[in-house]
Amino acid sequence: MANDIISPENLVYQKPKLMNDTTMHYCPGCSHGVVHKLVAEIIAEMGMEEKTVGVCPVGCSVFAYRYLDIDWEEAPHGRAPAVATGIKRLWQDRLVFTYQGDGDLACIGTAETIHALNRGENITIIFINNAIYGMTGGQMAPTTLIGQKTATCPYGRDPEIHGYPLNITELASHLQGTCYVTRQSVDTVASINKAKKAIRKAFESSMQGKGSSLVEIVATCNSGWKLTPPKANEWMRENMFPEYLKGDLKDTTNL
Amino acid sequence: MAEQEITLMKGNEAIAHAAIRCGTDGYFGYPITPQSEIIETLAVLKPWETTGMVVLQAESEIASINMIYGGAGAGKRVLTSSSSPGVALMQEGITYMAGAELPGVFINVMRGGPGLGTIQPSQSDYFQATRGGGNGDYNVIVLAPNSVQEMADFVDLAFELAFKYRNPAMILSDGVIGQMMEKIVLPPMKPRRTEEEIMKECPWAAMGKRGGRNPNIITSLELQSEVMEVRNIHLQEKYKQIRENEVRYETRECEDADYIIVSFGSAARIGEKAIELAREQGIKVGLFRPITLWPFPSKEILDLAKGKKGILVSEINAGQMVQDVRLAINGALPVEHFGRLGGIVPDPEEIVEALKEKLIK
Repeated sequence: MANDIISPENLVYQKPKLMNDTTMHYCPGCSHGVVHKLVAEIIAEMGMEEKTVGVCPVGCSVFAYRYLDIDWEEAPHGRAPAVATGIKRLWQDRLVFTYQGDGDLACIGTAETIHALNRGENITIIFINNAIYGMTGGQMAPTTLIGQKTATCPYGRDPEIHGYPLNITELASHLQGTCYVTRQSVDTVASINKAKKAIRKAFESSMQGKGSSLVEIVATCNSGWKLTPPKANEWMRENMFPEYLKGDLKDTTNL
Repeated sequence: MAEQEITLMKGNEAIAHAAIRCGTDGYFGYPITPQSEIIETLAVLKPWETTGMVVLQAESEIASINMIYGGAGAGKRVLTSSSSPGVALMQEGITYMAGAELPGVFINVMRGGPGLGTIQPSQSDYFQATRGGGNGDYNVIVLAPNSVQEMADFVDLAFELAFKYRNPAMILSDGVIGQMMEKIVLPPMKPRRTEEEIMKECPWAAMGKRGGRNPNIITSLELQSEVMEVRNIHLQEKYKQIRENEVRYETRECEDADYIIVSFGSAARIGEKAIELAREQGIKVGLFRPITLWPFPSKEILDLAKGKKGILVSEINAGQMVQDVRLAINGALPVEHFGRLGGIVPDPEEIVEALKEKLIK
């Protein structure tokens, strides 16, 4: 009987406890859903359900608060690290993290990002980098690759016109306030497991007062890139991984 | 007894002392003339060692208003201060706070504009303060102190009103009040609220969903127009309640007056001398001072104006509050304006001359 194998001792995976039954608004193939799931799992595993405040962004993940059963504050475009600073400075025993895309974090919010990280705020910034503006319809982001076509650089990003891709994570690794800076992806089971370990380390460092953590997730935007989900993963590996090298860029956490 | 001690200090210093004494949890700010003494005084007083109040210099006014947006959303008493060009940068955060119904307090010690303008005093941010200032239909409670004492007293009052209505509140001061020294009685020490008190007072706050309650989500976003309209109507109903309950003003020698000078803040201090000078010359003049600029004491001005001959609105700007006075009076009386610009503070004599020239003739 097939039903015989559906028993608690055989259970290897289930929906995270903190994930709400909200209809997913993300496009199929988008990385947001996986990263949300990891964050939900880690908060529950750390037993921080009642002591976490997430700072949610603008852009596609503007509704992050619908998916995770925790308290949230919605930040103005780019200002999440400042909002998180206010919360964490005033509730020092809380787990405070921001969840931001590249347009949010690496463009309008560059100042807030750099300064919060440089002050060593005990927060974690989760940075979803898909090299494009998703929600507004696929325009150029600071992280758009040279030659990549978007709605506002339809002939491909030309450094002479548009400047160069901005590598925020490398920049963050040089700041004295950061304790853990890493770049991950969620395109395979192995990479998902690594990303989970990275986010957990970042959260734990924040709670231990070691300084700021930045976890970049190199992510897909198959709608913005106009590719099928499998093709988007392939494009990411071929084009984004060489520009945005995965791995830990800085780790002084001793965790 | 020490808490009732009379002391001499600048308006900006009074704000800092009052902030510590009224149980503020955090100050986040950025230095700008003429209000930098607020953060400087806090840095000297080190309240983090006594009350546990957090003091942080942000990287910009945009960051500091968003830090108080974060802190207010998490249920804390949070404060920021700036001057005109800095407050212009804060408008983004203020409209978000109004939209999310958060009780933060911010102080504008005004200087002359537009743009970088001058560091000398002015009242030219009246429209920005009383019309919302940022995007959307919203209002901020605006208190206008006219003394160093009121600078201190209005910090706690602004917090009380902000929390009562879950709405941002502003203390609209200027370089005169910020920089001048006067004797004041500092408010009594009030402890910061405990976690339990915050949970009770702010059941809406995003501070970790304690005790298994449903999540609190602080946001001003709503994509469904039908729902957004309901939220806007709710805000407008709240503003109506504030208009009905929170109007504050002061009158001086208005009973027998033929003419009324309407002034706020530092201009009202000059107005006090002007009515004295006018009365020496046999002109019966009284002073009406709005203390809340929003809600504006429209009905009270109209009531007071009955039987008078004219109103002179004296402000340190090109004529902003005069529009609210004209709306209140609705043509029942002549309403004229007198103001100086560019950071120049009017003399009482000039005000009396303007009164004679524009109204008495």
